[in-house]
Amino acid sequence: MRVAVIRFPGANCDQDALHALRDDLEIAAEYVWHGDSNLAGFDGVFVPGGFSFGDYLRCGAIASRSPIMAEVIRLAKLGRPVIGACNGFQILCESGLLPGALMRNLAQKFICHDVHLQPGTTRGRWLQSVNGVTVRFPIAHGEGRYVIDGDDLKAIQDGDQIAFRYADAHGNVHESANPNGSADNIAGVINPDGNVLGLMPHPERAMRPSFGYGDGALLLRGFLHG
Amino acid sequence: MARAQVLVTLKPSLLDSAGRTVADSLHRLGHAGVQEVRIGRLIEIEMDTFDEAAVRAMCEQLLANPVIERYEIREVV
Repeated sequence: MRVAVIRFPGANCDQDALHALRDDLEIAAEYVWHGDSNLAGFDGVFVPGGFSFGDYLRCGAIASRSPIMAEVIRLAKLGRPVIGACNGFQILCESGLLPGALMRNLAQKFICHDVHLQPGTTRGRWLQSVNGVTVRFPIAHGEGRYVIDGDDLKAIQDGDQIAFRYADAHGNVHESANPNGSADNIAGVINPDGNVLGLMPHPERAMRPSFGYGDGALLLRGFLHG
Repeated sequence: MARAQVLVTLKPSLLDSAGRTVADSLHRLGHAGVQEVRIGRLIEIEMDTFDEAAVRAMCEQLLANPVIERYEIREVV
Protein backbone atom coordinates (compact mmCIF):
# COMPACT_ATOMS: atom_id res chain seq x y z
CA MET A 1 0.00 0.00 0.00
CA ARG A 2 1.46 3.33 -1.11
CA VAL A 3 -0.66 6.36 -0.28
CA ALA A 4 -0.62 9.79 -1.94
CA VAL A 5 -1.21 12.73 0.43
CA ILE A 6 -2.42 15.50 -1.86
CA ARG A 7 -1.03 18.98 -1.19
CA PHE A 8 -3.06 22.05 -2.03
CA PRO A 9 -2.09 25.67 -1.39
CA GLY A 10 -3.72 26.56 1.93
CA ALA A 11 -3.95 23.00 3.23
CA ASN A 12 -2.59 22.61 6.77
CA CYS A 13 -3.23 18.97 7.72
CA ASP A 14 -1.01 17.42 5.06
CA GLN A 15 1.91 16.88 7.44
CA ASP A 16 -0.34 15.37 10.12
CA ALA A 17 -1.74 12.97 7.52
CA LEU A 18 1.68 11.97 6.20
CA HIS A 19 3.11 11.32 9.66
CA ALA A 20 0.02 9.48 10.86
CA LEU A 21 0.42 7.05 7.97
CA ARG A 22 4.20 6.76 7.98
CA ASP A 23 5.10 6.97 11.65
CA ASP A 24 2.06 5.51 13.38
CA LEU A 25 0.86 2.94 10.86
CA GLU A 26 4.06 2.26 8.88
CA ILE A 27 2.22 2.80 5.60
CA ALA A 28 4.31 4.22 2.75
CA ALA A 29 3.03 7.74 2.08
CA GLU A 30 4.25 10.59 -0.10
CA TYR A 31 3.13 14.11 -0.90
CA VAL A 32 1.70 14.75 -4.35
CA TRP A 33 1.21 18.32 -5.60
CA HIS A 34 -2.28 19.36 -6.74
CA GLY A 35 -0.91 20.46 -10.10
CA ASP A 36 0.46 16.99 -10.89
CA SER A 37 -1.68 14.77 -13.07
CA ASN A 38 -0.36 11.29 -12.41
CA LEU A 39 -0.90 8.90 -9.51
CA ALA A 40 0.78 5.92 -11.16
CA GLY A 41 2.30 3.68 -8.49
CA PHE A 42 -0.10 4.82 -5.75
CA ASP A 43 -2.72 2.50 -4.27
CA GLY A 44 -4.64 4.98 -2.12
CA VAL A 45 -5.23 8.69 -1.49
CA PHE A 46 -5.52 10.92 1.58
CA VAL A 47 -7.08 14.32 0.84
CA PRO A 48 -6.11 16.38 3.88
CA GLY A 49 -7.79 19.25 5.64
CA GLY A 50 -7.06 22.95 5.75
CA PHE A 51 -8.24 25.91 3.72
CA SER A 52 -7.34 24.97 0.16
CA PHE A 53 -7.23 28.00 -2.14
CA GLY A 54 -8.35 30.16 0.78
CA ASP A 55 -11.83 28.59 0.73
CA TYR A 56 -12.55 31.00 -2.15
CA LEU A 57 -15.87 30.56 -3.97
CA ARG A 58 -16.94 27.56 -1.83
CA CYS A 59 -14.89 25.35 0.49
CA GLY A 60 -13.13 22.74 -1.63
CA ALA A 61 -14.56 24.01 -4.93
CA ILE A 62 -11.33 25.10 -6.57
CA ALA A 63 -9.26 22.21 -5.18
CA SER A 64 -11.81 19.73 -6.51
CA ARG A 65 -11.09 21.00 -10.05
CA SER A 66 -7.30 20.63 -9.68
CA PRO A 67 -5.47 18.50 -12.27
CA ILE A 68 -4.68 15.78 -9.70
CA MET A 69 -8.37 15.25 -8.90
CA ALA A 70 -9.02 13.52 -12.23
CA GLU A 71 -6.50 10.93 -11.07
CA VAL A 72 -8.05 10.70 -7.60
CA ILE A 73 -11.42 10.06 -9.26
CA ARG A 74 -9.82 7.43 -11.52
CA LEU A 75 -8.38 5.55 -8.51
CA ALA A 76 -11.68 5.86 -6.63
CA LYS A 77 -13.55 4.29 -9.56
CA LEU A 78 -11.03 1.41 -9.51
CA GLY A 79 -12.11 0.70 -5.93
CA ARG A 80 -8.92 1.97 -4.30
CA PRO A 81 -9.12 3.54 -0.83
CA VAL A 82 -9.69 7.31 -0.79
CA ILE A 83 -10.26 9.31 2.39
CA GLY A 84 -10.88 13.03 2.84
CA ALA A 85 -10.96 14.69 6.25
CA CYS A 86 -12.39 18.16 6.95
CA ASN A 87 -11.52 20.28 3.89
CA GLY A 88 -10.72 16.94 2.24
CA PHE A 89 -14.36 15.90 2.79
CA GLN A 90 -15.52 19.19 1.26
CA ILE A 91 -13.25 18.55 -1.73
CA LEU A 92 -14.59 15.02 -2.25
CA CYS A 93 -18.18 16.31 -2.13
CA GLU A 94 -17.36 19.10 -4.58
CA SER A 95 -15.70 16.57 -6.90
CA GLY A 96 -18.89 14.52 -7.05
CA LEU A 97 -17.27 11.43 -5.49
CA LEU A 98 -19.50 11.81 -2.42
CA PRO A 99 -23.10 13.03 -2.10
CA GLY A 100 -24.17 16.22 -0.36
CA ALA A 101 -22.35 19.43 0.52
CA LEU A 102 -20.89 21.19 3.56
CA MET A 103 -22.21 24.59 4.60
CA ARG A 104 -21.58 27.15 7.31
CA ASN A 105 -22.15 25.79 10.84
CA LEU A 106 -25.63 26.45 12.14
CA ALA A 107 -24.32 28.71 14.92
CA GLN A 108 -21.98 30.59 12.52
CA LYS A 109 -18.99 29.85 14.76
CA PHE A 110 -15.76 28.06 14.04
CA ILE A 111 -15.84 25.07 16.38
CA CYS A 112 -12.81 23.25 17.73
CA HIS A 113 -13.33 20.45 20.26
CA ASP A 114 -13.63 16.68 20.59
CA VAL A 115 -16.62 14.75 19.28
CA HIS A 116 -17.74 11.17 19.63
CA LEU A 117 -18.82 9.39 16.48
CA GLN A 118 -21.03 6.36 16.10
CA PRO A 119 -20.42 4.35 12.92
CA GLY A 120 -23.55 4.09 10.80
CA THR A 121 -22.41 0.89 9.11
CA THR A 122 -19.68 -1.75 9.04
CA ARG A 123 -19.73 -1.82 5.23
CA GLY A 124 -16.64 -1.03 3.17
CA ARG A 125 -12.98 -1.15 4.17
CA TRP A 126 -13.04 1.97 6.36
CA LEU A 127 -15.99 1.00 8.52
CA GLN A 128 -14.97 -2.67 8.59
CA SER A 129 -11.79 -1.46 10.19
CA VAL A 130 -13.69 0.57 12.82
CA ASN A 131 -16.08 -2.36 13.34
CA GLY A 132 -18.87 -0.49 15.13
CA VAL A 133 -16.71 1.08 17.85
CA THR A 134 -17.67 4.57 19.09
CA VAL A 135 -14.61 6.73 18.37
CA ARG A 136 -13.43 10.11 19.64
CA PHE A 137 -11.83 12.55 17.18
CA PRO A 138 -11.26 16.31 17.25
CA ILE A 139 -13.19 18.64 14.95
CA ALA A 140 -12.00 22.06 13.80
CA HIS A 141 -14.20 23.69 11.20
CA GLY A 142 -16.38 26.65 10.34
CA GLU A 143 -18.25 24.99 7.48
CA GLY A 144 -19.10 21.46 8.53
CA ARG A 145 -22.89 21.39 8.38
CA TYR A 146 -23.71 18.47 6.13
CA VAL A 147 -26.64 19.22 3.84
CA ILE A 148 -28.38 17.00 1.32
CA ASP A 149 -31.80 17.11 -0.35
CA GLY A 150 -34.53 15.02 1.24
CA ASP A 151 -34.67 12.41 -1.54
CA ASP A 152 -30.89 12.09 -1.60
CA LEU A 153 -30.78 11.83 2.20
CA LYS A 154 -33.20 8.90 2.01
CA ALA A 155 -31.05 7.37 -0.73
CA ILE A 156 -27.88 7.42 1.39
CA GLN A 157 -29.79 6.18 4.45
CA ASP A 158 -31.32 3.31 2.47
CA GLY A 159 -28.03 2.70 0.66
CA ASP A 160 -26.09 2.29 3.92
CA GLN A 161 -23.74 5.19 3.06
CA ILE A 162 -23.71 7.00 6.41
CA ALA A 163 -20.24 6.39 7.81
CA PHE A 164 -20.47 8.30 11.09
CA ARG A 165 -23.01 10.25 13.11
CA TYR A 166 -22.23 12.70 15.92
CA ALA A 167 -23.08 10.96 19.20
CA ASP A 168 -22.50 11.12 22.93
CA ALA A 169 -19.67 9.20 24.65
CA HIS A 170 -21.89 6.11 24.81
CA GLY A 171 -22.59 6.17 21.10
CA ASN A 172 -26.16 7.43 21.42
CA VAL A 173 -27.08 9.69 18.51
CA HIS A 174 -29.24 12.65 19.48
CA GLU A 175 -29.62 16.28 18.49
CA SER A 176 -27.70 17.65 21.48
CA ALA A 177 -24.59 15.81 20.23
CA ASN A 178 -24.83 17.55 16.85
CA PRO A 179 -22.18 20.30 16.88
CA ASN A 180 -22.99 22.07 13.61
CA GLY A 181 -26.55 21.34 12.53
CA SER A 182 -25.70 18.53 10.11
CA ALA A 183 -28.63 16.64 8.58
CA ASP A 184 -29.33 13.42 10.52
CA ASN A 185 -26.22 14.15 12.70
CA ILE A 186 -24.06 13.08 9.74
CA ALA A 187 -20.30 13.52 10.30
CA GLY A 188 -19.14 11.40 7.38
CA VAL A 189 -20.38 9.45 4.37
CA ILE A 190 -19.07 6.77 2.02
CA ASN A 191 -19.67 6.22 -1.68
CA PRO A 192 -21.90 3.30 -2.75
CA ASP A 193 -18.91 0.94 -3.03
CA GLY A 194 -17.56 1.96 0.38
CA ASN A 195 -14.00 2.67 -0.76
CA VAL A 196 -14.32 6.48 -0.63
CA LEU A 197 -14.87 8.07 2.79
CA GLY A 198 -15.27 11.72 3.72
CA LEU A 199 -15.67 13.05 7.25
CA MET A 200 -15.39 16.40 9.00
CA PRO A 201 -13.48 15.16 12.11
CA HIS A 202 -9.72 14.59 12.04
CA PRO A 203 -8.59 10.95 12.45
CA GLU A 204 -5.02 11.99 11.56
CA ARG A 205 -4.94 14.10 14.75
CA ALA A 206 -6.04 11.15 16.89
CA MET A 207 -3.25 8.65 16.42
CA ARG A 208 -1.38 8.45 19.71
CA PRO A 209 -2.78 7.38 23.08
CA SER A 210 0.10 9.28 24.71
CA PHE A 211 -1.41 12.47 23.20
CA GLY A 212 -4.85 11.53 24.49
CA TYR A 213 -6.30 9.97 21.34
CA GLY A 214 -5.85 6.61 19.67
CA ASP A 215 -8.99 5.99 17.64
CA GLY A 216 -7.61 7.50 14.44
CA ALA A 217 -5.53 4.37 13.91
CA LEU A 218 -8.70 2.23 13.92
CA LEU A 219 -10.00 4.19 10.95
CA LEU A 220 -6.81 4.79 8.97
CA ARG A 221 -5.92 1.10 9.14
CA GLY A 222 -8.74 0.88 6.64
CA PHE A 223 -6.06 1.57 4.03
CA LEU A 224 -4.80 -1.95 4.75
CA HIS A 225 -8.22 -3.66 4.82
CA GLY A 226 -9.57 -5.76 1.96
CA MET B 1 -15.51 43.85 -24.29
CA ALA B 2 -18.65 42.49 -22.65
CA ARG B 3 -19.59 41.84 -19.07
CA ALA B 4 -21.64 38.99 -17.68
CA GLN B 5 -23.10 38.75 -14.21
CA VAL B 6 -23.83 35.48 -12.48
CA LEU B 7 -26.09 35.59 -9.44
CA VAL B 8 -25.65 32.50 -7.28
CA THR B 9 -28.24 31.87 -4.58
CA LEU B 10 -28.93 29.06 -2.15
CA LYS B 11 -31.76 26.72 -2.99
CA PRO B 12 -34.91 27.88 -1.16
CA SER B 13 -35.17 24.54 0.68
CA LEU B 14 -31.85 25.12 2.47
CA LEU B 15 -31.38 26.98 5.71
CA ASP B 16 -29.12 30.03 5.20
CA SER B 17 -27.50 30.30 8.63
CA ALA B 18 -25.55 33.45 7.70
CA GLY B 19 -28.74 35.07 6.38
CA ARG B 20 -30.52 34.20 9.60
CA THR B 21 -27.79 35.88 11.64
CA VAL B 22 -28.06 39.01 9.49
CA ALA B 23 -31.86 39.00 9.92
CA ASP B 24 -31.40 38.83 13.70
CA SER B 25 -29.07 41.82 13.54
CA LEU B 26 -31.50 43.81 11.40
CA HIS B 27 -34.22 43.10 13.96
CA ARG B 28 -31.97 44.44 16.72
CA LEU B 29 -31.49 47.61 14.65
CA GLY B 30 -35.24 48.09 14.70
CA HIS B 31 -36.19 46.71 11.28
CA ALA B 32 -39.12 44.78 12.68
CA GLY B 33 -40.65 44.09 9.26
CA VAL B 34 -37.75 41.88 8.12
CA GLN B 35 -39.01 38.33 7.74
CA GLU B 36 -36.07 36.54 6.14
CA VAL B 37 -32.62 37.35 4.73
CA ARG B 38 -30.84 35.14 2.24
CA ILE B 39 -27.30 35.82 1.09
CA GLY B 40 -26.03 35.02 -2.39
CA ARG B 41 -22.99 35.80 -4.45
CA LEU B 42 -22.61 38.08 -7.46
CA ILE B 43 -19.85 37.12 -9.89
CA GLU B 44 -18.87 39.53 -12.67
CA ILE B 45 -17.04 38.17 -15.68
CA GLU B 46 -15.38 40.35 -18.30
CA MET B 47 -15.16 38.52 -21.61
CA ASP B 48 -14.44 39.24 -25.25
CA THR B 49 -18.10 38.90 -26.23
CA PHE B 50 -21.12 37.89 -24.17
CA ASP B 51 -21.69 34.17 -24.65
CA GLU B 52 -24.47 32.83 -22.45
CA ALA B 53 -23.71 29.19 -23.29
CA ALA B 54 -20.11 29.67 -22.24
CA VAL B 55 -21.13 31.32 -18.96
CA ARG B 56 -23.61 28.50 -18.35
CA ALA B 57 -20.76 26.02 -18.80
CA MET B 58 -18.68 28.01 -16.28
CA CYS B 59 -21.55 27.79 -13.79
CA GLU B 60 -21.94 24.04 -14.27
CA GLN B 61 -18.19 23.40 -14.06
CA LEU B 62 -17.22 25.63 -11.16
CA LEU B 63 -19.19 28.74 -10.25
CA ALA B 64 -22.25 27.06 -8.70
CA ASN B 65 -22.74 23.81 -6.82
CA PRO B 66 -25.99 22.25 -8.07
CA VAL B 67 -26.38 20.33 -4.81
CA ILE B 68 -27.04 23.52 -2.86
CA GLU B 69 -27.24 26.46 -5.29
CA ARG B 70 -29.12 27.99 -8.21
CA TYR B 71 -27.77 30.56 -10.61
CA GLU B 72 -28.98 33.25 -12.99
CA ILE B 73 -26.99 34.75 -15.84
CA ARG B 74 -27.37 38.22 -17.30
CA GLU B 75 -25.46 40.48 -19.60
CA VAL B 76 -24.50 43.91 -18.30
CA VAL B 77 -25.16 46.48 -21.00
